[in-house]
Amino acid sequence: MRDLLFRNIFRTPLTEPAPDADAEAMAALAARVDRAAHRRLGRSLAIREVDAGSCNGCELEIHALNNAYYDLERFGIRFVASPRHADVLLVTGPVTRNMREALERTYNATPDPKWVVAVGDCAVDGGCFAGSYAVVGGVADVVPVDLHIRGCPPSPTHLLRGLLALLDAGAAPAKRPAAG
Amino acid sequence: MPVLTDQILQGERIRDHRPWPRVVVDSGAWTVAATRVADGHATLLGLWAEPGTVHMALLGEAASDIAIVSLACPDGRFPSVGRWHAPALRLERGLRDLFGLEPADLPDERPWLDHGRWGVRHPLGGRAETPPSGAPYGFLPAEGESLHQIPVGPVHAGIIEPGHFRFTANGETVVRLEERLGYVHKGIESLMAGAELERAAQLAGRTSGDSTVAYAIAFARAVESALDIEAPPRAQWLRALMAELERLANHFGDIGAVCNDAAFALMHAHCGVLRERVLRAADTCFGHRLMRDRVVPGGVDTELDERGKTALRDLLANIRERFPRLVHLYDNTASLLDRTVGTGILKPALARQYGAGGYVGRASGRAFDARRMPGYPPYDGLAFEVPLRDEGDVNARVWIRIREVEQSLSLIDQMLARLPGGALREALPQRAGEGIALVEGFRGDILVWVRLGPDGKVLRCHLRDPSWFQWPLLEAAIEGNIVADFPLCNKSFNCSYSGHDL
Repeated sequence: MRDLLFRNIFRTPLTEPAPDADAEAMAALAARVDRAAHRRLGRSLAIREVDAGSCNGCELEIHALNNAYYDLERFGIRFVASPRHADVLLVTGPVTRNMREALERTYNATPDPKWVVAVGDCAVDGGCFAGSYAVVGGVADVVPVDLHIRGCPPSPTHLLRGLLALLDAGAAPAKRPAAG
Repeated sequence: MPVLTDQILQGERIRDHRPWPRVVVDSGAWTVAATRVADGHATLLGLWAEPGTVHMALLGEAASDIAIVSLACPDGRFPSVGRWHAPALRLERGLRDLFGLEPADLPDERPWLDHGRWGVRHPLGGRAETPPSGAPYGFLPAEGESLHQIPVGPVHAGIIEPGHFRFTANGETVVRLEERLGYVHKGIESLMAGAELERAAQLAGRTSGDSTVAYAIAFARAVESALDIEAPPRAQWLRALMAELERLANHFGDIGAVCNDAAFALMHAHCGVLRERVLRAADTCFGHRLMRDRVVPGGVDTELDERGKTALRDLLANIRERFPRLVHLYDNTASLLDRTVGTGILKPALARQYGAGGYVGRASGRAFDARRMPGYPPYDGLAFEVPLRDEGDVNARVWIRIREVEQSLSLIDQMLARLPGGALREALPQRAGEGIALVEGFRGDILVWVRLGPDGKVLRCHLRDPSWFQWPLLEAAIEGNIVADFPLCNKSFNCSYSGHDL
């Protein structure tokens, strides 16, 4: 282990510069995000991920946000184990009928102020699973959604741009510290 | 082929079912087949239904010996296989929920996929409207002194899929684990019915996101069998190339995640880097990190150019430089091995009884790999080993993955060196037929059975995830372990929720 740690001291980090926040998402969020609430949370967001019926593809890419290339935590964003600790619910999948109540209860367990980010094409309107007897539809059919990040699945860079937009939407305009 | 050719297969053989025979039998022969499976002379590969008929896929003692037996049940009942053979229980509970067919003498009559929330009963069978009840589920009792229950899920603490685990523990020791699944049931098989091939292939590729390539290959091969065509050689090689990349990415993710669940984050960080490199190479080569929708019935919808080949060669060189150090680290960290060695032991007899595929089976002495037997191109022309261990613990499942990483690297080498040229897609004729395919995903063998109508659309499609035969074994492997080792055991199995729930 010492050998491995020693080698890595002399390597440059793999972490890549931050992408720009998604402009489209910024525009969509402008109307939704309560500035006052956002200021209270500052640039620190705790995320609870909820799979409400996804195929697991989105989860794989959300996981990747934690790897050395994207290193989500450098932005002050981290995943937490309980909705009680969360500011943001990151919800994937078409919402299945069997998961509807669990999603509602997770939402209700999350303290205000809170935001919901729906991840993936299925989370928008059920995607290719829409119309099934077992699927309610998109996330917005069950809980209010503040931001959609599309893709099947969205790439980690795409996810990061959306989450940075959420961070920035409540901050004072044009005051984004260089991250990286 | 002694086991399957005798009286079981004396029924009426269906024409236009390929590549293995499908035979319509009476209930007597059905029961004989069930008892054959129960006494270990054959392995249950799958059990599924359509309105009025049940099908069972069997694997004989010689692994190339596969057959499907079908039983018409005009009165809506059929002799339960689960009565004789426990691995069939959840399959029968599931098909009863979906089709309303009644397995006679089924020992466990609780619903499985139907949580009473769909608003319909038997959505693929009689389909009766019914108000959602959300009725509570009766967990099996555990009796004894000082027992307590720990309910976990469906929303878990990590970034993972939903499912419920009900632990009964005595202090720290797990006395019983009972799983309750079905939360991510999306009704994929109902969406398949009547779908155009293109849409059906997309659905198949979204059955379990981590195995999107393997599912797409299995679906494509089943369709090609039904139509009696073959994908061009180059397409088959590119499919295998993508499948091995998928295996690499998932195994890196799993090896790291198992170590992370033993609080050894360093391995997780390094394996995460390797996984990311594989996904980026996949993106460079095939235009999508998970290689989704690149495999289509008839061939592939992608091409590998020189830039892609260079990316793959760089990837292999990088993995070969870094991975051995990680293996060395894993094997020389006593505090980590203390958690993985001897933890979550799955006995070989159970792995064999359940026909457990993938690393779960191969870490417990079951040497089955669909790439080898029954085998399919291009693996029949490539050199690779199927690693095998028999300790059945978390450590063995990690080592099987490590050895499979090495085999996948070698396979990718061979494929890059010998990739044939030529067409990428074969035109699909429009005709009816039935096909079945068994394809080795990273998690184990995926079975797809499809029936096409004369208009070329899917009439019925069944997708059987390897997890069906692995989830129940997790319940057995955790018994007697401490609650804190459950994440470790669970990750070492890494069963699919979405693939199972469908």
